Amino acid sequence: MAKLNLLLLLVLVVCALGLVTSQHKARKLFSELERAQGRAHELDVEYGKLQLEASTWALHARIERVATGTLGMRTPDARQVRVVGVAGAR
Amino acid sequence: MSAAAPALVRLPVWRARFVMAGLVAAFFVLAARSLYLQAMQTQFLQEKGEARYSRVLEVPGTRGRILERNGEALAISTPVQSVWAIPGDVQAGPAQLKKLAALLGLETRELRGKLEDSSRDFIYLKRQIAPEAAEQVARLGLEGIYQHREYRRYYPGGEVTAHVVGFTGVDEAGQEGVELAFEPRLGGTPGSRRVIKDRRGRVVEDVESIRAAQDGRDLQLSIDGKIQSLAYAALKGAVAAHKARAGALVAIDVRTGEVLALANVPSFNPNNRARLSGAQLRNRAVTDVFEPGSTLKPFTVALALESGRVSPSSLVHIGSGGLRIANYTIQDPHAQTVLSVAQVIQKSSNVGAARIALALRREDLWGLFDRAGFGAAPQIGFPGEASGRLRPAQSWRPIEQATMAYGHGISVSLLQLARAYTMFARDGELVPATLLKSDAPARGSRVISAQTARQVRAMLELAVQPGGTAPRARIMGWRVAGKTGTAHKQENGGYAENKYIASFVGLAPASAPRLVVAVMIDEPANGQYFGGVVAAPVFAEVARGALRALGVPYDAPLEPVPLPGAGEEAREST
Repeated sequence: MAKLNLLLLLVLVVCALGLVTSQHKARKLFSELERAQGRAHELDVEYGKLQLEASTWALHARIERVATGTLGMRTPDARQVRVVGVAGAR
Repeated sequence: MSAAAPALVRLPVWRARFVMAGLVAAFFVLAARSLYLQAMQTQFLQEKGEARYSRVLEVPGTRGRILERNGEALAISTPVQSVWAIPGDVQAGPAQLKKLAALLGLETRELRGKLEDSSRDFIYLKRQIAPEAAEQVARLGLEGIYQHREYRRYYPGGEVTAHVVGFTGVDEAGQEGVELAFEPRLGGTPGSRRVIKDRRGRVVEDVESIRAAQDGRDLQLSIDGKIQSLAYAALKGAVAAHKARAGALVAIDVRTGEVLALANVPSFNPNNRARLSGAQLRNRAVTDVFEPGSTLKPFTVALALESGRVSPSSLVHIGSGGLRIANYTIQDPHAQTVLSVAQVIQKSSNVGAARIALALRREDLWGLFDRAGFGAAPQIGFPGEASGRLRPAQSWRPIEQATMAYGHGISVSLLQLARAYTMFARDGELVPATLLKSDAPARGSRVISAQTARQVRAMLELAVQPGGTAPRARIMGWRVAGKTGTAHKQENGGYAENKYIASFVGLAPASAPRLVVAVMIDEPANGQYFGGVVAAPVFAEVARGALRALGVPYDAPLEPVPLPGAGEEAREST
């Protein structure tokens, strides 16, 4: 009887330790997941910021200003434009 | 005698029993108490305990972006930091405070004042600062100074797209425009997670994620950034040049019904809304109605053609004394006493349009206006869409039927007007307008026959030729067609003598229309007020740029278009 009890005690201790380790692992993995998600979010945010920057640089008003002002460009007269038709498109 | 052995004192038995009973009773009390706490109060106590360290944090979902049709961003949320403090906990030397104040953009004195109020546990030092500055604040490592993340919406398009896109409040909920109209789609759902925090409020451990945050979805609009910016610039220029109160413009792609540009002047900068007036906020093209004036004449004529009563070359008697109905005389400044139906449109004759309308049944006229979409909201999903006013036909008196023919006694929004003109552009089909990008050509609903639509289009093309009302609407390379409107403004139930709304609705290219552009200028006050002079040039500028941007092939000889000489421009009376 005593032997059986001892054996059960041993099993119990092993189970308890197993529970502790698995919980520890789960928390570690969870925090890793959180970190990865945080990183993903950060990258997303940075993407948004870069897009914002790109949009600001690509404002049509700004492009027009640079084109006409700095680069001295102008819209061509319709007579200077040749329209090339793609065969079968029309 | 040895010392006497201590005498055995016999204590009374009851004393021992008394102590025993006392101990047992105390034990029972303890047992009962523990039973009470463990069994009956356990849930409450556990909750209390958890409340000491466990916190549920809200994880915000990012709001979706708004893009124009080519993918350029019109609205983006990016995180910013808000710096807050527990005034009682802050320990910082004068030098550190000075540095902090500089980083936050505050006066040192102001910052000190905020921190001296130690009765409060929470005080915002500065909301929504740039992440770079926030990082530097964090590096100062000051006690009692904390940060939390918030989102702020940025609008790179600024005032150009302000009315279409709208804006959100501080809490990122849509308040105007597309931001409000598509709130359910754009808005993210916040998630939550449970963490363990220490006394100072730092997160010690993540316990579990309760609900993952859902980001809002992106929204791609039908607006074309290039055309929109061109439209805004042209409109702004015209409003300034004619000292007008306001202006609006709508451009619709005829094939898909997509709104390519929707501009309003005056506008505002959605990134800085400190001082806003109602006039700036108004999206006139969609929410305001006006009496369109002569731009409605083509509809009257279309109905007359459809009924088979007239053909474009039928003659209409104009006379020289105007048309008298009841106590009212409809005036026409034109010299001719007889005009063809086509010339009624070309010269914008009120008497002619009234005579044509009086020969029609009022129910039929109402029916056409109704099918053209007047009197009902255009359903593009925009907040506050105006439906305009179209009274039931039974209530029309003859004089009203006559004035309705040239656009008085009926009110429409500019968007409705632009959409109604798609019936002339699409050979008789009215196309539903949309603000969202769509790739497939839209299915329209037939309102008039293709033949009638083409005949009206030919008349509209006459109107922009020398001798018509809008030769200034022409552009080199493409044939255009369109109709001017110059209407007295309504004021206090009557018509204001010298306040006008100048408008122009046109289609291009006339041979195979791709684009409908409607322009409205409110109260031009610089001497000129005719639609052909004030609004038509805006149309020309926008149509030229838009047709080029869309890559529409030329359909007219490439000759410069001369400005109309003296006497080549017909003047309209409304």
